Order: sequence, then structure tokens, then C-alpha cells
Amino acid sequence: MKLLVRSPGILTTVQDLGRWGHQAIGMPVAGAMDPMALRRGNIMVHNDPGAAALEITVVGPKLAVQGSGIVALAGGDLGMTVNGTDVQPWTTHAVEDGDVISFSGMKDGLCRGYLCVSGGIDVPPLMGSRSTYLRGKIGGLQGRALKAGDELDTGSPYILRERCVGFVCPEDLRPDYSPSRPMDVVPGPQDDLFTDEGIKTFLSEEYVVSAAADRMGYRMEGPTIEHVDGADIVSDAICLGAVQVPGHGQPIVMMADRQTTGGYTKIAVLTANSVARLAQRLPGQPVRFSAMSQDQAIIEAREERGRLESLRLALESWIADPTKDEKERVEPATEGQCRITVDGETYEVQWEKI
Amino acid sequence: MKETEPRIRPAGDSCLVVDFGNAIALEINAKVQALRSSLEARPVPGIMELMPTYRSLAVYFDPVETDLERLRAVISAGIGSIDEQVEIGSKEAVIPVCYGGEYGPDLESVAIHHGISEEEVIRRHCSNSCYCYMLGFTPGFSYLGGMDESIATPRLETPRELIPAGSVGIAGKQTGIYPIDSPGGWQLIGRTPLVMYDPTREPATLLDAGLWIRFRPVGEDEYLDIREKAVKNAYELEIVEKGDGTL
Repeated sequence: MKLLVRSPGILTTVQDLGRWGHQAIGMPVAGAMDPMALRRGNIMVHNDPGAAALEITVVGPKLAVQGSGIVALAGGDLGMTVNGTDVQPWTTHAVEDGDVISFSGMKDGLCRGYLCVSGGIDVPPLMGSRSTYLRGKIGGLQGRALKAGDELDTGSPYILRERCVGFVCPEDLRPDYSPSRPMDVVPGPQDDLFTDEGIKTFLSEEYVVSAAADRMGYRMEGPTIEHVDGADIVSDAICLGAVQVPGHGQPIVMMADRQTTGGYTKIAVLTANSVARLAQRLPGQPVRFSAMSQDQAIIEAREERGRLESLRLALESWIADPTKDEKERVEPATEGQCRITVDGETYEVQWEKI
Repeated sequence: MKETEPRIRPAGDSCLVVDFGNAIALEINAKVQALRSSLEARPVPGIMELMPTYRSLAVYFDPVETDLERLRAVISAGIGSIDEQVEIGSKEAVIPVCYGGEYGPDLESVAIHHGISEEEVIRRHCSNSCYCYMLGFTPGFSYLGGMDESIATPRLETPRELIPAGSVGIAGKQTGIYPIDSPGGWQLIGRTPLVMYDPTREPATLLDAGLWIRFRPVGEDEYLDIREKAVKNAYELEIVEKGDGTL
């Protein structure tokens, strides 16, 4: 299957789980901003959880399908349609030659969706990853966001892909994106360079995602966080989710495209799940931070992996279910009622098959 | 606990940072490199990568595959095995540089700034070995220490919009090589024909943290000759043994 890009949307890039293993030479990891969604979308089309997909931001692209295959949108509900008809996110759909996939707009307040296709998006891997690193102009499709006229190949699809169609990710296995839920952070590695008051401010006050929020980092605005003795340190590693606090006292959460090293104190680091949840927030939205021990954070990471395994098993049993075809077949209705408006007059209509 | 004792600090759910101190010092970086070598020799299952910086080693791990207790124990053992007399890198890479002219448009102003000849700037720039503390900022950018401080020169007042890859510059007490075309404000004194960074090559960068480098002046003919080989990936980086490797 191929996807022909008719229009690219605001920012649509090819992403997988990132270019790990090269930070020691200064290579940023990049990768999906919301890996919780990417992994689920891939599982739903029977891919490896880290296969490359399209990361769609706020306004989606228009894509013409060449050949046939299966697709699933995970993460934010961006109003996906096929040939103008709404199709549900978190559901595996079949697409046929000539179909046009487009997106009508954000529906649930989440800003990033992952369009996963069976076989994955097949751009050439670079240093072990297909992720686009925009600032470095590498990976993905020539190191840039999609543009009109691009053609994307997909890899070899799963042989029983048709049997995945109609699979719905169970509600309890979807990420909890609830906007009221605070971001979990593990204090450190330089929390001792902040005053008790500074740490208390960070963990008790509300911060707002500023307009300067991109794939590299989310700047937050709120009460000033107090350092013991200045914000500068000799450069240290910046890991995913690190909360840097420069001299102005406003936190910056470092995201997928972060640089590998930096010289600002880090008060805490978001858990990977919280980074994924933050990646779905938009400028202007409030965020709170809540402290968690590293041991507890690891337990939560394992629980997340368990949910992915449950999703994989749910798909396998869907594929294997011999009665599915009967369940799926909806008997055509023989009677019903509907409302029709003609020239401003509304009529209640009852009908039955004769 | 002594203030110089390394600390193992948490960094989220998938990283530990082993911190050897907040300073730019060979002794500290040598310990970072020693622990890196120790963990590379005895890898714990689930370690995703090691990230050395000036002052710390970040150990990224998969929280599902890694036993944190075991990882901490191996790191502690690794720290314990670092000798009092830590060794620092004994290998030195020789980086050919064509100084001045179109390759180093600021060589003349650096010479004027210090009231010495251009040849003397080149001599001093090549006189000291520089130590690569870490790579970061952009792919392949090396943080070097040890330049002859008598040629320390302030940055340009107005940064250039485009500096060609391979340019060798001075900014304050630092010297370094731009691995990719980028904007920047360093005083450019020369350019190396080597391809410092190529994402399609393995390894992608010529330099690595813990390596010493020494600049060697070459004329334009040799520059072009090496350049021709380097772009075809046919130039072998010259590496020499440097002293006994102890501090």
C-alpha cells in the first residue's frame, strides 16, 4: 500500500520510538511525542509496537490510498474520515485503492494522533530509526515534515490483516489522558540545588503550557521556582521529561527532540507516561506536577507494558474468534422511524419492509 | 560522605545519573570515562545507552527489562573499581587543518588581537593536545579543553549565518570544530578536510568523549588531497598513543 499526500496538515512527520543509542555523540533521540499512543496504534494493526507511523498534529493531512490495507488512529481524536465518512479512532479499519483519508479537526481536546498502517511507514532507517529529527534535517522523509505530492510506501502487511478489521481498543486499555490528572515526576537529578520553597512551589502550584511548546520542549508559565544558588551547572545529560529550570525560574519540560546535554539545573524528571500525556496538551492548558519515587515510577512503567500485552492478546483473540463474522454481520432492519425536513416542514416518518 | 564522592541520582523512570562533581576537570571526566568503560565491559541486561558528559554518566535503561537493584549494585561496583590513579584516554587523534585564507577568515584578526603573527597563532593552536570532554549540542559537536590560553579570543560580535562544516574556531578559551553547516559566532581560523559527522557512517562521528586531539597544519594541496579521500570515506583517521595515560 502507498499513501499519496494531497495536503500535509500543520505538522505531519514520520515517527517511531526514536533514535536510541547515539546520544553520546550528540544525536537527539526524537521519536513519537506520545509513545503510549504509537505503541497501541501499531498493535491494533498487528505491527511491532515501534513501527513507524504518521504523527499528526492538530490539523491532519489529506491522504489518497493506493492499493489496500488496514489503518488505525490512536491518541487524539482528530476527526478522521474516509471518503468523507467519519471513522472512529481506536478502531482498526480497512482502506481500499482510491480511498481518501482526511481529518476534520480535534474532537477530544488532544492534539496528536498516530495514523498506524499495517506494515508500518517504510522510509529508509537512519542510525537504527525512521524518526524525523526536524532540526537535524534527518530521518523520516528527507528529514522534514510531509508536504503535498509526497508518496509514502508501507512495509509488508500482516498476512491475516483483514481479520483485524473492526477491532476496537478496549476503553480500559487506552491511556488515561484526563486533563485533571497531574504529571508524575521523580525528583532529581539536581533537586538539591533548589530551596525547599522552590520545590514546594513546583509541586503545589499550577503551571500553564506556554506558546513556546514544540517537539523539543514545553515551556511552562507560573510561579517562579527558587534556586539555592543560581541555575547554571556544568553540562549534564538531558533525559526525556527532564524539567529544566533556568535563571528565570520557569520550568521547561524536555520532550522528544531535546538536545542531549544542557547546563541548567533539573528539578525533576517526568515519567515516560506523563511525557506522553503532556505531549497531548496545547498552549494555554493548565498542568500540575506530583512527586513520585523512582521505584513507584518503574512499577507504573511495568503496568503500562502489561496493558500493551493485554491489548496484543485482545487483538489476537479478535483475529482468532471464529464467531466474529456472525457477530459482525448486522441484520438489515425491516422497520423503523425517522424525521425528514422538506422546505422547512418537519415530518415524522414510520416505515416497514413490505 | 565526602563532597567528591560520586552520587547515583534518579532521573525519571528510566535513567540513573552518576554524578562525579560540578566542574570541568580532567580528574572528574576521567572517572566518568572509567565508569563508562566498566559498564560497557559488564553490561546489565536492559541498559539502553550510556551518555557521558563533562561531569556525569547517564545510564538509560528499560524499566521493564532492568532490575534496578542489580543495576545500582553494578554501578556501585564500577565506581569502587575506579583507581585512585585514574587513567585518562591515551589515544590522540590528529586533525589536519588548513589555516587562514578562505578556510580561516578570522585568523588575521585573531593574530592582530594578540599582536602576534598568523604563523604564531597556528603554532600555538597546534602546540597543545586538547581533550574531548563530551559530544553534545548538535551531532558530533565536541567540547574540547586544553587549548593554549594565550590565543583565547572573544566571540564575533555578530555571529555568522552559515559556517561551513569542518570549520575550526576559537571562542574565549575554547576551540572546536563545527561538524555540520550551522550558524555561529566563533572566530574561524581554519578548516579540516575531514568529515567530522556523517549519519550514514558507522560510527557517525570521528571523535568520541575521552579522546585527545591535536591539530596539524596542512597546506591547501594536502587539504584538497585529504578532502578527496575523506568524502569517499577512504581517509583513515591518524591515531597516536599519547604518553602513559595517567594524570
